[in-house]
Amino acid sequence: MPEVFVKEFARTQHLPTIWCPGCGLGTSMRILMKALADLEVDRNRLVVVSGIGCSSRMVGYLDCNTVHTTHGRALALATGIKLSRPELTVVAAMGDGDAASIGGNHLIHAARRNVDITTLVLNNSNYGMTSGQTSPMTPHESVTTTAPFGNLEHKFHLCDMVKGAGATYIARASTYHYMLAIRLVKKALKHRGFSFVELLTQCPVYFGRFNRMSNPSDMLRWLRDNAVKYVPGKEKELRDEQYYIGELFRDETKVEYGELLRQLRERVRSWEAKRS
Amino acid sequence: MAQTLLLQGNEACAEGALYAGCRFYGGYPITPSSEIAEYLARKLPLAGGTFVQMEDEIASIASIIGASMAGVKAMTATSGPGFSLMQENLDLAAVTETPVVIVDAMRGGPSTGMPTATGQGDYMQARWGSHSDHPVVVLAPAGAQEMFDLTVKAFNIAEALRLPVVLLPEAVVSHIREAVRIPDPGEMEVIDRYQPDDYEGNGFFRRDERGLAYPPVLGSGFHPHYTGLAHAEDGFPSNDPGVVRKFVEGLNQKVAKNLDLVTDFEEEAVEDAEVILASFGVTGRACQHVARLLRKQGHRVGYFRPRIVWPFPEARVRELAHTADTFVVAELNLGQMRLEVERIACGEARVVGLHKVDGSMLEIHEILVKVNEVLP
Repeated sequence: MPEVFVKEFARTQHLPTIWCPGCGLGTSMRILMKALADLEVDRNRLVVVSGIGCSSRMVGYLDCNTVHTTHGRALALATGIKLSRPELTVVAAMGDGDAASIGGNHLIHAARRNVDITTLVLNNSNYGMTSGQTSPMTPHESVTTTAPFGNLEHKFHLCDMVKGAGATYIARASTYHYMLAIRLVKKALKHRGFSFVELLTQCPVYFGRFNRMSNPSDMLRWLRDNAVKYVPGKEKELRDEQYYIGELFRDETKVEYGELLRQLRERVRSWEAKRS
Repeated sequence: MAQTLLLQGNEACAEGALYAGCRFYGGYPITPSSEIAEYLARKLPLAGGTFVQMEDEIASIASIIGASMAGVKAMTATSGPGFSLMQENLDLAAVTETPVVIVDAMRGGPSTGMPTATGQGDYMQARWGSHSDHPVVVLAPAGAQEMFDLTVKAFNIAEALRLPVVLLPEAVVSHIREAVRIPDPGEMEVIDRYQPDDYEGNGFFRRDERGLAYPPVLGSGFHPHYTGLAHAEDGFPSNDPGVVRKFVEGLNQKVAKNLDLVTDFEEEAVEDAEVILASFGVTGRACQHVARLLRKQGHRVGYFRPRIVWPFPEARVRELAHTADTFVVAELNLGQMRLEVERIACGEARVVGLHKVDGSMLEIHEILVKVNEVLP
């Protein structure tokens, strides 16, 4: 059944996608679709929420309940959906600018609350939709349209940040590591609590072109060569373009926010019953 | 059993929300609105609802849009600075036809202004704060009872017309303590979410003859796509000029096509009035008092106060402009509602402003002096 899940999961009437040739977002979408299909997630009860940017247009192609929100706000809106209807499976798909810059505060607090949302950050190292400006995930010294002499800033270690904030499942892969990515997204979907997967993806047209990687395969090689397998206890110093892949953190002990809320309602109800 | 309680305006608003069936509150603390959040934090869990304190006002309004898309009536409350932050997603609620209720308890002055003082400076922002043409309905309560009644009404209008509704009390109305009658369940009308059984050709955003669209609740078996992009009847983005025109015009005509639902004003002794004192919110109560005083003294003075300030009751004010000589528009800003009255009176009647922006309320004597100046 190799292609069945794609046909089932895609709003085929809206294909082809708006993405440039060689873009990694098609692969990223397929990773998400495959993970959802393998887990047999009920699409009537699946809500995928996104923000603004290239990757956020993904929701338009997924045949389920989809919400394309404002820039950076996907997680805040997803919080409202998940807390009011806990039986729904809620996924938030965002780009690096969306999640790390304008939506950074929402990411911090969604992780801290540990609401059962699966967050997918599709990191293409730049603002692609607006044609290649620096994002908080652009590596140091990389060239972009707003860093024509090389990026002075250093990239945001988003996985470390969400760990500090309280996320209970954290993983990273890239479009090059396709099978690993599917496994990690599936684990994230199954995890009860705030799960976070950063997926590095190639943007040959706006990031690669300015950094001597205008060929998509050059970008995939760049993703391959800079990936470092994460082994707990054996962390080492990484260059700014290098990144760990694999499951980075997992905490099964922290009770999910929706469950705490359910327990609170029960507690208040029993107090009230005793009072009257 | 219906009961009458001594309630603060903000508490009455929270009670009104519960009565209307609100079961989700997402908010961020800010004076003078915080008691709404505090009250609902205590009450919502027992009602089976959700209270969540969000990280900022942007997240607050986003969370209630999410809850409402998922089929749960939702609200947030804030004051001017927070309301400014909410403008981005207020527009999103409007174009995704998502019913939400937003309380903007008005403090005095621009920017941080005077958090504990009163004002009416957000009158225009409530209507035009978000970018481009979008529908929004705004209600201005004048006391604790109206905080209850108009909150219920705000939810009903939001559900009926599928748009964001703003409740716009002044700080004084938020903090006033008055007797509030809470009606029995079923006594006041409560409008719940309507959803058709089927959508022909996935026309989730197709309008009926009243200009209304009823996009489906998330997780109800359909696969709707909600977006802030200009979209066609199926909810998917389009740049086609014909589709976009229909999208923007349709969205904005919903209010005009349903004026019966969104016209609500109070008036007294206007038929033969030479001077009409027009105002909104609690400032209107002072105007009513002055109009009655002057009537007793034999002056032909009337009183007019819209409870729904947007859409402005244009037809009625136009009629009054034909019979009255002068409108005195009293408000705690530099003349925002006056602009509406001037536009509608259009030279048929003289329009005089009485404005105050120092954080205090208009005193009876200040209104008396102004009306005496314009009396023939």
